[in-house]
Amino acid sequence: MSHPAHQQINRDLIRPLLQTSWRFYVLVVLPTALVLAGLISWFSQMFFGFGISGIRWPVFWGFYVTNFVFWIGISHAGTLISAILRLVNAGWRRPVTRCAEVITVFALMIGAMFPIIHLGRPWLAFWLFPYPSERLIWPNFRSPLVWDFFAINTYLTGSVLFLFLPMIPDFAVVRDRATGPRRRIYSVLALGWRGTPRQWHRLETAMQIMAIAIIPVAVSVHTIVSFDFSMAPVPMWQTTIFGPYFVAGAIFSGIAALLLAMAALRRFLHLEAYLHPVHFQNLGKLLLVMALLWGYFVFNERLVTYYGNEPAEMAVFWRTQRESFAPLYWTMVICNFVLPLVLMGIRRFRTITGCIIASLGVVLGMWLERYLIIVPALGHKYLPNSFGTYSPQPVEIIITAATFAAMILLYALFAKVVPIISMWELKAGEHVSPDLIPPATEEHPLGELHL
Amino acid sequence: MPRWGMAVDLDRCTGCGACVTACHAENNISTVGADQAARGRAKHWIRVERYWEGDFPDVTLKFRPVMCQQCDNAPCEPVCPTYASHHTQDGLNAQVYNRCIGTRYCANACPYNVRFFDFFNPSWDKPLHLQLNPDVSLREVGVMEKCTFCVQRIKSATIQAKADERELKDGELQTACAQACPSRALVFGDLSDPESEVSRLSKSPRGSKLLEDLGTQPKVTYLSKDA
Repeated sequence: MSHPAHQQINRDLIRPLLQTSWRFYVLVVLPTALVLAGLISWFSQMFFGFGISGIRWPVFWGFYVTNFVFWIGISHAGTLISAILRLVNAGWRRPVTRCAEVITVFALMIGAMFPIIHLGRPWLAFWLFPYPSERLIWPNFRSPLVWDFFAINTYLTGSVLFLFLPMIPDFAVVRDRATGPRRRIYSVLALGWRGTPRQWHRLETAMQIMAIAIIPVAVSVHTIVSFDFSMAPVPMWQTTIFGPYFVAGAIFSGIAALLLAMAALRRFLHLEAYLHPVHFQNLGKLLLVMALLWGYFVFNERLVTYYGNEPAEMAVFWRTQRESFAPLYWTMVICNFVLPLVLMGIRRFRTITGCIIASLGVVLGMWLERYLIIVPALGHKYLPNSFGTYSPQPVEIIITAATFAAMILLYALFAKVVPIISMWELKAGEHVSPDLIPPATEEHPLGELHL
Repeated sequence: MPRWGMAVDLDRCTGCGACVTACHAENNISTVGADQAARGRAKHWIRVERYWEGDFPDVTLKFRPVMCQQCDNAPCEPVCPTYASHHTQDGLNAQVYNRCIGTRYCANACPYNVRFFDFFNPSWDKPLHLQLNPDVSLREVGVMEKCTFCVQRIKSATIQAKADERELKDGELQTACAQACPSRALVFGDLSDPESEVSRLSKSPRGSKLLEDLGTQPKVTYLSKDA
């Protein structure tokens, strides 16, 4: 089983751009409605006051910051799959890279909305920008929120470039086939690509640089997001493990999101000839590795707290372990650890369906993880008089749902205008040249791994 | 440079709540109504914490007034992205309402939970709107607010003393809560003046700081009951 030939690749992968089925309209209209509902909710929060949310004294961060960390986490799908697999030249990555990189860009855009949505006065969000103010006031560079601003912007810029570079040759293919205004748009996007050896050489060099540059950026982004918590003297927040713990969790949820996206693309765009079960199996193995790593970090974090036996921390510890937050906590453990371990650890279950179930579990579990880091600790700081609980209000739930809809919507629209699988990379994999790597097959599940 | 601080004698506190009322009146703190208060939106820059000890009917009740501790090493300050929460030269932990964008990070970082968020624009039940203090700005929706040690009183007294070309006398300047306290449990003053009452009380062997082990270096000293 190998990939189809050149002409077939072009036909199959450009088809979604030129033909539109009723499913596409459903996939656009329903999420658009939800996104609009989310926007209305946000505007009503600004209009009526932040009080219509469930945020309260002393739990000042809730669903919004949970969503922020969650979506920034999801955005780590693209980096790992593309950059690392590109660098190690893993042949099986070829049909997977672009759908991963797109997740990164869109998840970052969605995630970066939340620091603005959760502001008391979002219309003043530009005060986080280091612009030359007439009053000579700069942002406070000691604040982790300002670090967030820089980290996310760097990552977004980098991942947009990383996504765009390998799209240039594909835009050229679409340009050559399209007519009318579409042709003009794709001409602009293709940046005058002619496929000369010089252009290919530059593209390869640029991608190599980006692949190397984006990895430390990705690692730093989620470390800095974790600093939002670990820099504050809140029980169970102030721990040095949060940096690696958050990065591992981010990559973990990113792989799950990628598996879900691939399964959806395979089904709706009929890409069975490109996204083989072997791709799901390979990513499933990565999911398994990350589940083990996640389990290690959680165990480590919990054990150290338990052993340290600091009263304020233990109060939060037991709150999640066996008191009011225990149902959510153990759901998280099952979703993030037990489920992927069973489904991805046993070869028989490592099918596409198995991957979908495990990924759904991981996405839910990782969302819960962030919620369980934020809310129990804030509601249980030090002085018993100021303990409190938080329950989300409709506005927060609608906005949360709207972000998932926004992801589906953006993804559907993107797949409509750009070939969702990198055509030229697939073709490059077809060459029998010794420099180029053959695609994954049943006999060689990793392609040919050149290190 | 003065260093403003407070001493709270827990032996004298009767838990009457006069300080809370005085603070609301002095600082234009809007009331939110019973409904919103139950949902955690009440703003009490100073609160009297009640701790019950023992089993009914054999219970004792302890009070502890808690306001912003005006930490020398305040966790709320470095986390603010816009310098809305910052340290003034005379050691006060200031909050610039107009600079606040409402990330609420300071409130999360504060171990004492003495920072409050304006969930709605301020409003008062009639006729309370007629007693607003013209020296204190109103806070609009979406900003954080907290105890200022009645900075408006500090400023006006300092300016007055300077105009009269004299030093501020100890006890000349009081916060609203200290002024209202009938049992004189709250004492406000200048910690840099070794003769002031607050300096004397702060050095008392009964004294301790709230959550001292967190290293926040508060300027409020609590004098314990049993010593």
